Amino acid sequence: MQRYPEGKQKSALLPILHLAQAEFDGWLSPETMDYVASILHILPVEVYEVATFYSMYNLKPVGKCVIEVCRTGPCWLMGAEDIVRHIEKKLQVKVGETTKDGMFTLKTVECLASCGTAPIMQIGEKYHENLTCESVDTILNDYKNNTKESISHWAKEKIKAHNQ
Amino acid sequence: MGRQLLLEHLNVPNIDTFEVYRQKGGYAAVEKALKTMNPDAVVDEVKKSGLRGRGGAGFPTGMKWSFIDKKSGNPRYLVCNADESEPGTFKDRFLMQHIPHSLIEGMIVSSFALGANTAYIYIRGEMMHQYHILEKAIDEAYAAGFLGKNILGTDYSLDLYVHPGAGAYICGEETALIESLEGKRGNPRMKPPFPAISGLWACPTVVNNVETIAAVPHIINMTGEEYAKIGIGKSTGTKLISACGHINKPGVYEIELGLPVEEFIYSDTYCGGIRNGKKLKAVVAGGSSVPVLPGDKLLKTPTGEPRLMSYESLSEGGFQAGTMLGSGGFIVMDESTSVVKNLYTFARFYHHESCGQCSPCREGTGWMEKILHRILDGHGTIEDIDLLWDVQSKIDGRTICPLGDASAWPVASAIRHFRADFEEYIKHPEQIKDVKHYYRLNNLVEA
Repeated sequence: MQRYPEGKQKSALLPILHLAQAEFDGWLSPETMDYVASILHILPVEVYEVATFYSMYNLKPVGKCVIEVCRTGPCWLMGAEDIVRHIEKKLQVKVGETTKDGMFTLKTVECLASCGTAPIMQIGEKYHENLTCESVDTILNDYKNNTKESISHWAKEKIKAHNQ
Repeated sequence: MGRQLLLEHLNVPNIDTFEVYRQKGGYAAVEKALKTMNPDAVVDEVKKSGLRGRGGAGFPTGMKWSFIDKKSGNPRYLVCNADESEPGTFKDRFLMQHIPHSLIEGMIVSSFALGANTAYIYIRGEMMHQYHILEKAIDEAYAAGFLGKNILGTDYSLDLYVHPGAGAYICGEETALIESLEGKRGNPRMKPPFPAISGLWACPTVVNNVETIAAVPHIINMTGEEYAKIGIGKSTGTKLISACGHINKPGVYEIELGLPVEEFIYSDTYCGGIRNGKKLKAVVAGGSSVPVLPGDKLLKTPTGEPRLMSYESLSEGGFQAGTMLGSGGFIVMDESTSVVKNLYTFARFYHHESCGQCSPCREGTGWMEKILHRILDGHGTIEDIDLLWDVQSKIDGRTICPLGDASAWPVASAIRHFRADFEEYIKHPEQIKDVKHYYRLNNLVEA
């Protein structure tokens, strides 16, 4: 909050919601948003209206790993639809759903600014580029076997620094 | 390959560190500007350079800077627009990842020119990797005395922060970005007043794209006059082009403005030609929002001259026959591509990303997506093409910000140049069975 001038603490809302989401199981419950409002001394509705506007905030529970596959023009040109279909089949979920074991939530997103290495998907902070059905299998297995970081490293570091 | 400025040291090992960047001549522009120039002189050099905003609109940067209100007595701010979200565009992400200090050096020189003592880099929330890189680079710059109080012993002080967004394409529009930076929904503001008068926290503010700011140190080092000698006509300097789609060598290329389009697509120095030896069908030359052109119209102007990679040449012939340089997002489609289906992905994108503030955009983008969906689903009629045209014409120019126009132009240009593609889908729905199944499935999931 010190990054913003005196009295303009509301500017910290987006970064704080990122932290809150990472701290509270990857999603923003009404209670979490009320808590954020109390920290910033703003009305809860000011948090709700922001949390509902931005696509990176999850307003319902998600799996441990949120898979976000880009499907806009350039990724579509390079086969993003096949990747989505493959993941749906592999994980036995539809877009927007979470696997029964609570491990993966599959989402589609609009453009991740990595069109030159399309098709791509993002899990946590990590971009996975030049995807093929085979590479998707390897990547998902790595996450399932906990060999890759699933949530935001940035948020974890911030929380750790705060707690010290 | 032409003159390289922004990417000159791209292949130098560890160029992302302060030490190596400095060894390669980095931060010389900060020393020159702060120790030998006054802010107005820096603005004059940028004006002389002819540098135009690299985010897409192409407005002259020096002129934009000169609008800033220096008399209000309020603090002034520089905000870097690093919210790169335009489909086809990935140059800023590339630059921040590989040469982060070029942006930071540009932020210091530009902030000095504007008299700003606090500056922000508003970066896409998804780009956390680049966020870390920038934070590390900023820490290095503070440690070396290039940020903070009394930079290099002068009386100029600057604090620089990175601020993450949270997933909204509209926040690339400068007033929406300011709203977002204030902790609100990214709803664009009415202009005037322009940010240069009343921007961040109602203070004078300049919002510039990453590539624009990164070009400033080069202008200061080489002088505006020398920079203006690169390029062609009013398209001066170099430009990063992010090329993707059906080409042999997708990637980010720095070109001298004025390079022939044909050379850019087919030369091994750049895109290396069309993948699998196929023919060129269409190109979106400046990010998803600019008009799509058939290959032949892209390579030649309406008067038969070779088209060049420049603001003027690409737009020659207006929207009827031309396109725009835009953000430099170069999406290439080969002969096997369905322009209708590609357009559907763009229509879905703009519907998803509309902030919902203006009715023509909020409703119209949804209607365009639904009509295209109906055509792809095998239930379209020939009248749907005219309906689509009608809807786009009622969005274009009728919204607070350019997102409405950006959603309309791809539709208008696709119908103008590829009407046969639409008719093919409508007359032969039996050929698109798999598409039908998938889009229905997707629709059900999203409903």
